[in-house]
Amino acid sequence: MKIAIASGKGGTGKTTISTNLASCLSESEPVILVDLDVEEPNSGLFIRGKLLDEYLQYKMIPEWEKKTCTLCGECQEVCNYNAIIQLGQTIMVFPELCHSCFACSELCPADALPMVQKEIGWIRTYQLNQLNFIESRLHIGEEQSTQLIAQTNSFVRDNYNQDMPVIFDAPPGTSCPVIEATKHVDFVILVTEPTPFGVHDLKLAVDTMRELNKPFGVVVNRFGIGNNEVFEYCENEKIQILAKFPNSREVAELYSRGELIYDKIPEFKNELMNLWNKVKKELHN
Amino acid sequence: MKEIVVISGKGGTGKTSITAALAFLAGKDAVVADCDVDAADMHLLMQPDFARSEDFYSGEVAEILQDECTQCGKCMEVCRFDAISIIDEQYWVDPISCEGCGYCARVCPTETIFNKDLNVGKWFISSIKTGTKMVHARLGIGADNSGKLVAKVKNEAKQLAKELDKEYILIDGSPGIGCPVVSSLSGADFVILVTEPSVSGIHDLKRVYELVKKFHIPAGCIINKSDLNSQKSQSILEYLKEKDIVHLGSYTYDEAFTKSMTQGLTLMEWEDTGSSDKIRESWDKTKQILNTL
Repeated sequence: MKIAIASGKGGTGKTTISTNLASCLSESEPVILVDLDVEEPNSGLFIRGKLLDEYLQYKMIPEWEKKTCTLCGECQEVCNYNAIIQLGQTIMVFPELCHSCFACSELCPADALPMVQKEIGWIRTYQLNQLNFIESRLHIGEEQSTQLIAQTNSFVRDNYNQDMPVIFDAPPGTSCPVIEATKHVDFVILVTEPTPFGVHDLKLAVDTMRELNKPFGVVVNRFGIGNNEVFEYCENEKIQILAKFPNSREVAELYSRGELIYDKIPEFKNELMNLWNKVKKELHN
Repeated sequence: MKEIVVISGKGGTGKTSITAALAFLAGKDAVVADCDVDAADMHLLMQPDFARSEDFYSGEVAEILQDECTQCGKCMEVCRFDAISIIDEQYWVDPISCEGCGYCARVCPTETIFNKDLNVGKWFISSIKTGTKMVHARLGIGADNSGKLVAKVKNEAKQLAKELDKEYILIDGSPGIGCPVVSSLSGADFVILVTEPSVSGIHDLKRVYELVKKFHIPAGCIINKSDLNSQKSQSILEYLKEKDIVHLGSYTYDEAFTKSMTQGLTLMEWEDTGSSDKIRESWDKTKQILNTL
C-alpha cells in the first residue's frame, strides 16, 4: 500500500503529516517512510533512527576523450539540451544540462564519449523500531531532482517488501518532481491550508492528480485560519476531505523544535487515525 | 537597475506575502516578477490585468506515426526514460515520461517518429495595482522545464525594467534548491532569504544559502514568526552573523498575513499590526545595501 503526501503550496504540513502518520502506525506494524523532497528533505529532523547504510547516487554524463575524437560534430548535433558543444578543437560537456539520454555517447562514430558517473546525492536508510526510514538528498548545486526521486523509487521497490504501508513525503509544487514522486503510488493525500494561496495551489495539485488518474483526498491543515473557500471548492468538485487539523500554537511550537505531535496531543492522534482509516477505506473501494 | 530575488528553501515561511508587501513599498520603482511558476500565488495580491498572454514552448516530446511503424523496437531499446511501451502490439510514447531527447527519432529506420514542440505553460505581462508591471506565468500540468519558464519570466522582466527605466526588479523565487531556484538566482544582485525559527526552517535556510554562495550574491535574511521559538531565532541570528548575511528584520507571528491575504491585499494595505513598520524597515535596509553594491 503506497501513499504519497503531497501539496501544491509548500509549508502546508506535508512533513508533519508524513512523519507523524508513519511513526504512529509503526507502533503496531512495520512501516516504510520515504522522504522524496530531495531538495529540502526534512523528515529526518523528526525521525531520529539508527543509520543503517548510505548509497551514493549518480547520474551518467559523457566524458570527452580527446585522443579518439575526430571532431565530426555529431554529438553537438544530436544533443537536444545544448549540454555538449564543440568549440574549435574542443568538445565541452555541461553536466548540469545533461539528461543522461546516452544519445551523444552511443551515436558517436569514434566512441570518443564514454558515459561516466557523476555523484548527485545519496540515499540513507535508518531504522527506528518498526519504522524503516529512507532519506534521499540532492547535493547542493545539482538541478535535476526528478532523476534522484526516480532512483529512490527504484531503490525502495527493489529493497523492501511492499506489503507494509509505504508513505512518501513528496516535494511541493505540481511539476516534474511531484509527478515522479506520485506516479507509482496507490493514493495521494493533498495537504492544504484554508487560505487563498493554499486553495489556489490545491486546485493546481488536483488538476495534476486528475491528469495522472490518481485517486486522492484532501487534508486541511491549520483549520480555523483564512476562510471557507477550500471547503466550498472541495464540495463543488466532490473531493473528499479526509481530515482537518486545527490551527494550534502548541503544534507549531512542537514542530519548531523537531518534535512529533501525535504522542503529545491526543486529538491530533485521533484525527490522524481517522485519516488513515479513510485512506484504507478508499483503497479498499 | 538592481535585481532582488526572494527565496526561502522551505515553503510556507511567508516568502510570497513578504515579496508582495515589498512590491507595494517599491511601487512604481520596480518591475515585479513571480518566478515561483510551479505554484504561482503572488498575482492573487497584485490585481493583475493579464494584458499580454503568451504560450511558452520548451523542449520536445516524441510521437510515433502508427501507420508507418514497422515495429522494429529500436526506439524502445534506446530510450533511457522507459517512455516507450508496447500496448496492443503497438509502440506508444508516454508523454509524461518522455524527456524529449530525440534519440528514438534519430535511430528510427523508417523515420516514423517525430518530435513535437511542447507547450509547457503561459506567461503574462500585467499592469498591477501598484502602478507598475508584473511578469508572471502558469506552468502547464505536470510540465517539465520549469527552469526555462523561470528564465523566460526573468528575461521579460529585465527587458521591461530596462524599457521603463525602473530602478529595481523584485522577484518571488520558488522553494527548494533545484533547477527553478538556480534559474531565478542567475544574474541577481541581492538575495532576500525568508526563514522561520524551526528545525526545518534553519535546515532549509542553510542549504539554500550554500547555493546562493556558489553564485557569490550578497544576501539578507528576514526571520518570520520569530516568536515561535526564541531559541531557534537566536541560532538563526548567530548563523547570519557567522556567514555575513545581513539581518533585515524579525517579524513576530501575525494573523494579518492570512487576514490580508483573504481580502487580496498586501500586508501594507492592512490595518497596522506592527508588521508593516518592520517590513518598511527591511525594505529601507535593502535599498541602502543596494546603493552600496
